[in-house]
Amino acid sequence: MWAYVTRRILYNVPVFLGIVLFVMLALRVRDPVNSHLGKVKSEQEIKQLRKEMGLDRPFHIQYFSFLGDVCTLNFDDECWDHPGRSVGEVMGESIGPSLALTLPALVLTTLISVSISLVSAWFRGRWMDKALVITAVLGMSVSFLVYIVVGQYMGTTWLKEHTGFAPFAVSFGGYDGEPTAMEMLLEVWPHYYLLPVLISVIVAMGYDTRFYRAVMVEESARDYITTARAKGASRVKVLFVHMLKNAMIPIITRVVITIPFLITGSFLLESYFGIPGMGRELLTAVNHGDFPVVQAFTAVFALVYILSNLLTDVLYAVFDPRVRLS
Amino acid sequence: MSDDKTTQNSPQTVLSVQDLCTSFRTDDGLINAVKNVSFELAAGEFVGLVGESGCGKSVTSKSIMRLLPDHITEYSGAIEFGGTNLLELPEKGMQEIRGNRIAMIFQEPMTALNPVFTIGWQLNEALLYHTKLGKAERRDRAIELLKMVEIPLPEQRYDEYPHQLSGGMRQRVLIAIALACEPELLIADEPTTALDVTIQAQILKLMRDLQEKTNTAILLITHDLGVVAQTCSRVVVMYAGQVVEQASSSDLFHRPRHPYSKALLESIPRSGKKKKGQRLATIPGLVPTLQMMPSGCRFADRCDYKQDRCVDEQPEIGLTEERLVRCHFPVGSAEASEA
Repeated sequence: MWAYVTRRILYNVPVFLGIVLFVMLALRVRDPVNSHLGKVKSEQEIKQLRKEMGLDRPFHIQYFSFLGDVCTLNFDDECWDHPGRSVGEVMGESIGPSLALTLPALVLTTLISVSISLVSAWFRGRWMDKALVITAVLGMSVSFLVYIVVGQYMGTTWLKEHTGFAPFAVSFGGYDGEPTAMEMLLEVWPHYYLLPVLISVIVAMGYDTRFYRAVMVEESARDYITTARAKGASRVKVLFVHMLKNAMIPIITRVVITIPFLITGSFLLESYFGIPGMGRELLTAVNHGDFPVVQAFTAVFALVYILSNLLTDVLYAVFDPRVRLS
Repeated sequence: MSDDKTTQNSPQTVLSVQDLCTSFRTDDGLINAVKNVSFELAAGEFVGLVGESGCGKSVTSKSIMRLLPDHITEYSGAIEFGGTNLLELPEKGMQEIRGNRIAMIFQEPMTALNPVFTIGWQLNEALLYHTKLGKAERRDRAIELLKMVEIPLPEQRYDEYPHQLSGGMRQRVLIAIALACEPELLIADEPTTALDVTIQAQILKLMRDLQEKTNTAILLITHDLGVVAQTCSRVVVMYAGQVVEQASSSDLFHRPRHPYSKALLESIPRSGKKKKGQRLATIPGLVPTLQMMPSGCRFADRCDYKQDRCVDEQPEIGLTEERLVRCHFPVGSAEASEA
């Protein structure tokens, strides 16, 4: 088991090194200092900033120094766009809002989709199953943007006009003072985050339900399911013990490949709902040519991606005894 | 049907299948896979159910266990087991019988065990559903079962996963699972087809030995007549969803009465009997498809003894010299003549 985990970690190291290399090269194709300062600044100022950022050093020195920063999560360069604040500070402030949005969305989507797919598999081929599949297909046929726009309208204007009740806000106005954890959970979160979370769940549900249903249907046709039934297992036992444990492998993979989707999805949601998360922060940084922020955020996203891959591999081994040996 | 009188009321009858018809509702309409199948099994009897692929053997066995998908399957007839008609039993009642009083082993030992649970866990499961044994007792019983099916190092195997065992070992585990609750009837659906010949012989010997010990009735489903000859006392031959002949093994092997049984026996390669240069006999043609069953005898198209009546009229299964044959002109009878 530990040999397996160590091997998986070692496999992922070159992948990470490669991604960081690519990101750094890509960001240096056009001189970041030049495009940030523009033509009006003097040669002296450009040189000055280049020196501050260490961009005048040979590339391999920059590469290893940046790798060191990423591995120790040490981002103390000053943001070009927010003078006086370090990249690390911006990241630290924006990671909370991002997670408050994507984490509940991911957990809810997975729980709901897996449950629906189990219901669907239970009633396989009957009207209940067919109705659920058709709903899922309809759900996934509508664009994400339509859900956001319609959801915003329904959740705010429409709801207020028809019930006089305005539980959601579409634009984040900032907190009044420093909210306590309790206030965050009970007031700020439902007000600003619940609606985008719901929209995100609805969007992902169609895809996920269809995927998980296919997994369940495939599992239900396995020989060992017949064996289990021949042993006298009830349908509940067959579904929740025999099928679900085998289905955990594709479910885990799906959840993890959904993580990058949730990050890109949160670009849109964070922009539309004005949530000060990492997605919106990165988008602004790209627009403003804020080189230190773009470089650090991209590297961190890559790190998260690789860590989630690693997590899948480890979970595989937990759920599938065959993986432990190979 | 006319075969009702043979053994039906004998006291030790374990299973009596009467006029079983199994059909599937499909997009192309109702498809009949098994038609008017009747046979009995006495306690401790070893009966072979023989026929080529697609003849309805597996559907018959899965009908007995009611393992076919409920919502598209229609049954008629009766499957009497221990005084109840299994076809009328609710699913809950079936669950109490499956694995407890009727057990089943399957064709593919490589895939019939759940890959994510240990051997011990899977053995425990049947005991958990059907017995009141405690945890430690179940473990003891499971290890005892593994010993019974001659698995070396049973204590160690108990905690292993299926992928750590060979095919033959897995089939032994499946037999152990099936025998866990000492069933009255064991249905073995092609248990040796996926195994190589030496392992096949071991498994058959094991099944025979265990049967002598436990007096379980065994219904062995196979397309391999060699396997039947080694093990079964009686044979039921199926063709295109119907029983065509039922006889004791020695009768069937020495004097088959149905032309299909005869052709089937002739198509087994045997050493010594063959003249030099003689080709192995085969049965010409194909089994009629379920959608296009002939209205007359289902074997007529491929039969060497075909007469006009065979095409027009479906033969009933009837008693011919102490055995049941579904043929207008059984082999060896006065009316039969080779076309």
